[in-house]
Amino acid sequence: MKPKNQRLVLVVAAIVALIAAALLAMWGLRSQASYFYTPADIAAGKAHEGEGMRLGGMVERGSIRHLPDGVTIRFMVTDGKAQTPVIFRGIPPDLFREGSGAVAEGRLQNGTFIADTILAKHDERYMPPQLGNLSAEHKAGKTLEK
Amino acid sequence: MIAEAGLAALWLAAGLAALQFVLMVLSLRIQFDGARSMRSIAVVQGLLTLVAFAMLLIVFARSDMSVALVFENSSAVKPFIYKVAGAWGNHEGSMLMWVTILAVAGAFVALLAHRTSERTLVAALGAQAVLALGFYAFLLFASNPFARLWPAPPDGQGLNPLLQDPGLAFHPPTLYLGYVGLSVAFSLAVGALLTGEVDSRLARAMRPWVLGAWILLTLGITAGSYWAYYELGWGGYWFWDPVENASLMPWLAATALLHSINVLAARGALKAWTMMLAVIAFSMSMVGTFLVRSGILTSVHAFAIDPERGTFLLALLAIYVGAAFILFAVRGATLKEGAPFELVSRESGLVVNNLILSIVLGVVFVGTLYPLFVEAVSGEKLSVGAPYFNAVAGPLALILAALVGVGPLLAWRRERRPVFGQLTIPALLGTSALVITIILWPGMHILPRLGFTVAAYLVAASILPLVNRNPFRAPLATWGMVVAHFGIAIALLGMAANAAFTSERLAIAKPGDTLTVGPWLVLLNDVTPTAGKNWTAVEAELRATRGANVVTLKPQTRYFSDPPAETNESAIRTFWNGQLYTVVGKPDASGAWQLRLWWKPFVTLIWAGGALIALGGALALLGRLWRLFWRRRADAEWHRERYA
Repeated sequence: MKPKNQRLVLVVAAIVALIAAALLAMWGLRSQASYFYTPADIAAGKAHEGEGMRLGGMVERGSIRHLPDGVTIRFMVTDGKAQTPVIFRGIPPDLFREGSGAVAEGRLQNGTFIADTILAKHDERYMPPQLGNLSAEHKAGKTLEK
Repeated sequence: MIAEAGLAALWLAAGLAALQFVLMVLSLRIQFDGARSMRSIAVVQGLLTLVAFAMLLIVFARSDMSVALVFENSSAVKPFIYKVAGAWGNHEGSMLMWVTILAVAGAFVALLAHRTSERTLVAALGAQAVLALGFYAFLLFASNPFARLWPAPPDGQGLNPLLQDPGLAFHPPTLYLGYVGLSVAFSLAVGALLTGEVDSRLARAMRPWVLGAWILLTLGITAGSYWAYYELGWGGYWFWDPVENASLMPWLAATALLHSINVLAARGALKAWTMMLAVIAFSMSMVGTFLVRSGILTSVHAFAIDPERGTFLLALLAIYVGAAFILFAVRGATLKEGAPFELVSRESGLVVNNLILSIVLGVVFVGTLYPLFVEAVSGEKLSVGAPYFNAVAGPLALILAALVGVGPLLAWRRERRPVFGQLTIPALLGTSALVITIILWPGMHILPRLGFTVAAYLVAASILPLVNRNPFRAPLATWGMVVAHFGIAIALLGMAANAAFTSERLAIAKPGDTLTVGPWLVLLNDVTPTAGKNWTAVEAELRATRGANVVTLKPQTRYFSDPPAETNESAIRTFWNGQLYTVVGKPDASGAWQLRLWWKPFVTLIWAGGALIALGGALALLGRLWRLFWRRRADAEWHRERYA
C-alpha cells in the first residue's frame, strides 16, 4: 500500500471506530439507562411498575422495620413531599441510616419499591449525582445544626 | 510557620514555571539557547513542590489544628499513619500531591532525557511548565491547602472511617503517579508536534514514561477493585461507579498508546495516531481529576451553586485539551507519512487493538458523562450503571481478548506465513471449554460462558510467542508482553468463575446456629464486643467447615465516634480454589444476627491477573531500561575509541 493511501485508510478506520462507539453507546443508553425518581414523582404517577429504576430520597426517621425473617428491612423514603415504602433484603451498606440520604435500585410493585441494591458511598461526601438537591438541603440543615 | 513556608514554596515554584515557559518561547522563536537554564529551573521547581508537600505532611503529622485543612480532615486520636495519609485524603491535599508529582516528573524529564533532540526537549519542558502553571494557579487561588484558622480549634473533625484503611492510604498516590506520568507523554507529544520531530527517537524517549504510568494505573485499578471488594462488604469487585471509571478511562487510553508507541518506535509508522493517543491519554487523566475533584459527581446542583473549583478545573481542561487538539489539527497533517505496511501485519494487528480500545473508551466515556450532561441540559435525572457497561463493553472486551492471541504472532510489515496454524491447540482448548460449560451448566449466562471459552484459548495462545524459540534468549520485553497477555486470560477466568459459580447466603442466626453456603457449613459461635484505638465493634466468631478443613472467621461491625459512622469489616479467608467471604450485620429484637456469606470460587484470579498484567509491564520496562543502559555504555566506548 502506498503511504498516502495508508494514511487515508487509517483516518477512515478512526472515523468508523468513532461512529461505531457513538452508535453502540446510543443503543446501550436507550435500552439500559434507568431513570431516577423521587417519591413525589412516584406519587404523581411518573414511574411505571416493573421498569428498572432508581429511587432517591431521605430515609425517614423511625421508619426502619425488620420483617420476621430478620434479613428483610422495610423503610420509608421521603423527599419532603411524598413517601414511598421500600423493601430491601440484605445487609444495608455502611453509612445507611435513618435521616440520611439513600438511593435504591430496583422496581416498583403495587406501589412498593423492591430494592435489589442500596447504593453505597465511596466516601462520606460522595452522594449519587441525582441526590443533588436533597444533599444541598441536607448540608444546609447540617450547617444550621452547627 | 511551617504552613507559610509551604505556601511560599508553591508561589516560588509557580514563578519558576512561568519563567520556564517564557524561556521556551524565546528558545523556539529567536536564536536563544535556553535549554540548560530550563533544565535547572525544572529541577528546582520539582524540589520546591516537594518542600511544599513535605510541609503539608508535617502539619498533618503534628495535628496542627490551626491549619483549616487539618481541622477539617484529621483528629488528634487517629493512628499516626492515617494522620499522615490524611494529608492526601482530601481535596486540597490531593491536588497538591498532583502538582508535586507533575513538577517532579518535569524535573526527571529535564534530568534524564537525552534521546530527543534539544529543540523537542525545550518545547516539551515548556509544555510541562504550562500544565504545572495552571494547576499552581488552581491551588493558590481556589484550593489553598495551607489556609489558617483563627483561633485554632482544640480538635479536628476526623477522617471518614471508610478511608482509615492501609489500602486506601496508598491507593490515591499510585493512581496519581499513573495519571501524571501520562503528562510527560502529553508534553513530549506537544513538543514534538511543535518542532515537527515525530520519529522513533521520540517514541523511545516517551515509551518508559508511558509504560511506568500504565503499570501504576494497572496496580492502582487492581488494588482499588480489591479495596472496594473487601471494604464495602458487598462481594462485588467493580461497580462501574463514575469514580472507578475516572481511573479506567486513562488506563484504556494508555493501553492503546502503549501498543501504538511500539509501532512508532520499531517501524516509524502511526506517527499522527500515536501523538493523538498521547494527547487523549493525559486528557482522560484530567477528565478523571475533574470528575473526582470538581464536586460534579457529588451533585450537579452543588456544582452550580459553588462553581469556583469546578469551573476552574473545567477551564484548565478545556484550554489544555483544546490547545493540544488545535496544535494537532494544524501540525498533524504536515507530519511525514510513516513507513508502509500490509493488511496482514503486526502493525495492522496493533491498529485493530487501538480501534477496539478506543471504542471501549468511547462507550465508557459516554456512559459516564451522559447522566451529567442530561441533567445539566434538561434537569432530567437518570443513571447509567452496570447493565449498560456490561452490555456494551463486555462483548468488545471479549473480542479484544480473543485477538490478543493473534496479534503477537504476526510479523512486522507483512505476514505471508500461515500463522493461524499455530493456534490449533488454543482453539481446541477454547472449544472444549465451551462444550464442557454447555454440557455441565446449561443454564449459565452467555457472558461468563464466552469468558471461559476465550480465557481457556488465551491461556495457551498468549504463551505462543515464547514457543518455537529459546525462551531464555527472548528479550525481556517479549517476556513482559507474554506475562501481561497471560494475565488477561487469568483475570478473565476469575471474572467468569465469579459470575457463574458464586453462592450467596443471607440469613439470621443465633449463637449456635449453622448455615450452609456452597460447600461450607458455617457455625455462628458467639458475638462479642471489642474495641480499637478510635472505634468499638461487635465481632462475630464463625467456624466454617468443609470436609477436613476448619477455619475461624471474625467479621465485625465497627462504630466510629469522630465523625460518627459505622462500617462492616468483612472477614475473608482465601483458599486455592476460592474465597469464603463473611459479613455480620445488626441484631434483631430476639438476639439473632444478620449474616451474609459468600463462597466465591477462583475470585482471587481477578486480582492475580491484574497483578500479572502489571508485572508484565514491569518486565518490559526493565528490559527497555537495561538495553538503554548498555546502549549508552556502548556509545560511550565507541566515542572514546574514536576520539581517543
